Amino acid sequence: MTIVFGIFLLTLLVITALGIVHTRNLFVAVMLLGIFSLLIALNFFILDAADVALTEAAVGAGISTVLFLGALALTSERERLGTRHRWLSLAVVASATLVVLYATFDKPRFGDPNAPVHQHVAPWYLEKTPEYVDIPNVVTAVLGSFRGYDTLGEVFVVFTAGIGVLFLLSSRRGGANHRPPGERDASGIGLREHVIPRVVGRLLVPFILLFGLYVQFHGEYGPGGGFQAGALIAAAFILYALIEGEDRTLAAVPQRWLNALMVGGALLYGGVGLAGIVLGSNFLDYSVLGADPVAGQHLGIILIEAGVGMTVTGTLLSIFHAFAARDRA
Amino acid sequence: MELLGLYHYWVFVVLLMIGFYAVVAKVNLIKKLIGLSLFQSAVFLLYITMSKVSGGTAPIVLPGMVDPLYSNPLPQVLILTAIVVGISTTALGLGIVVRIKEEYGTTEEHEIQEIDRR
Amino acid sequence: MMDLILDVVSWALLSAGGVFVLIGGIGALRMPNLYTRMHAASVTDTMGAVLVLTGVMLQAGLSLATIKLAAILLFLLVTSPTASYALASAALLAGIKPDAGHAADEATDS
Repeated sequence: MTIVFGIFLLTLLVITALGIVHTRNLFVAVMLLGIFSLLIALNFFILDAADVALTEAAVGAGISTVLFLGALALTSERERLGTRHRWLSLAVVASATLVVLYATFDKPRFGDPNAPVHQHVAPWYLEKTPEYVDIPNVVTAVLGSFRGYDTLGEVFVVFTAGIGVLFLLSSRRGGANHRPPGERDASGIGLREHVIPRVVGRLLVPFILLFGLYVQFHGEYGPGGGFQAGALIAAAFILYALIEGEDRTLAAVPQRWLNALMVGGALLYGGVGLAGIVLGSNFLDYSVLGADPVAGQHLGIILIEAGVGMTVTGTLLSIFHAFAARDRA
Repeated sequence: MELLGLYHYWVFVVLLMIGFYAVVAKVNLIKKLIGLSLFQSAVFLLYITMSKVSGGTAPIVLPGMVDPLYSNPLPQVLILTAIVVGISTTALGLGIVVRIKEEYGTTEEHEIQEIDRR
Repeated sequence: MMDLILDVVSWALLSAGGVFVLIGGIGALRMPNLYTRMHAASVTDTMGAVLVLTGVMLQAGLSLATIKLAAILLFLLVTSPTASYALASAALLAGIKPDAGHAADEATDS
């Protein structure tokens, strides 16, 4: 039965992708992209990747849709000319397809426990996590402790993207007609005159924040962690901004705090790494942070997950405000 | 199981090529970014497909499990990082597209090249 | 015996939920106007979600999973109708008239 379900989901994915590329209305394409992200998150869940499914649903179906819609509001909603050099592109794509299809016949059999990817490091991680790190979620242990360098790099990539978007879009004036900063157009008001979304939204925001904090701190015992929590908390504030207007959201959480969150998270992560050096061991070695190595690992993972959550929240919210505050041309 | 595995890989190839076609053939810049996002998702599907072990469960080590078989956690860690990096680059790309629209007045690639040539 | 009753009841609830969602899908395809389509999809969607989640809760018994499922159910009951309302009022703002006679959507032209 799982086989039928898997085949059904994969076919839906292909149909959605064809719909995304075919439609000329970009709004429709972005909505279909959200559905695509949700379907692929379901697929990840069937393939036993719970953390990845949660991240894809939160980041792909949630934040990515909002960012695309923000960009669409500032550019045009329709494609004017659809495709150029259609037959040449189709020929190139068809030949590339045949080459990669030929390669798939050499791939390891689906679910084979003796495939090369399941040798070497992966069984070592599964075996040694209860001994070195002693937390149930192996993915968080590998992400935070065994492969901590990669996650440090990732936090800095998120931070750099935030800085990049702030460089590009942070001043309010945009487009040909520069309006004086005192005058706000009607787009800043939000949905305040609609009672039902406003009441329900304001009811939901604290629960979404609570869930975000739950996911942050439960990353060690189940699927979760810093990235998902950061996306969820950003989503709560984005919901508030969509309902109450972007000015009020900036009054509630000013841009200075978002900058502090962005920078503070990356500094916290780097600081934990440096603390390893100061206390006599290597960079990003958490075993010296506590009384015994396992307690040190726990403390280290909690601190760096907090750092990751802070940076992701600050960055995603800053990017959203950068798009939302931009004046339309 | 053989059919399902091959079907996973073929769907990966089809999604990869659909995304690639959108990047290459479409003229609107935002459509290209959407195609790039599809391309990335196809690659994630490939990695997570390779991490599945038949009869395994999610790699969460709970006490009291008898002789468990877990799916591979390593590709999941890599893809977790990749998803977040993907959204970061998409956000930066969207910022660049918005600025291009403000400077050139259009987001269609051939019109931008036309304006540049003048 | 109790297990058998629980299994039969949750089987019935899950099938009923599936039937409702299927009816909603058929309605979303076959209805003539945007508003009638939205009505078909949103009402049956909420009902189907309630039935499916109740069926799964019966299967989970008395455990932490049931409380989480109840929380999800409450969340869906609150947000699904609100989302349909927001969609319908956005359509009204965009200028799509709730005229039951039209076969085509004005949304594809604007």
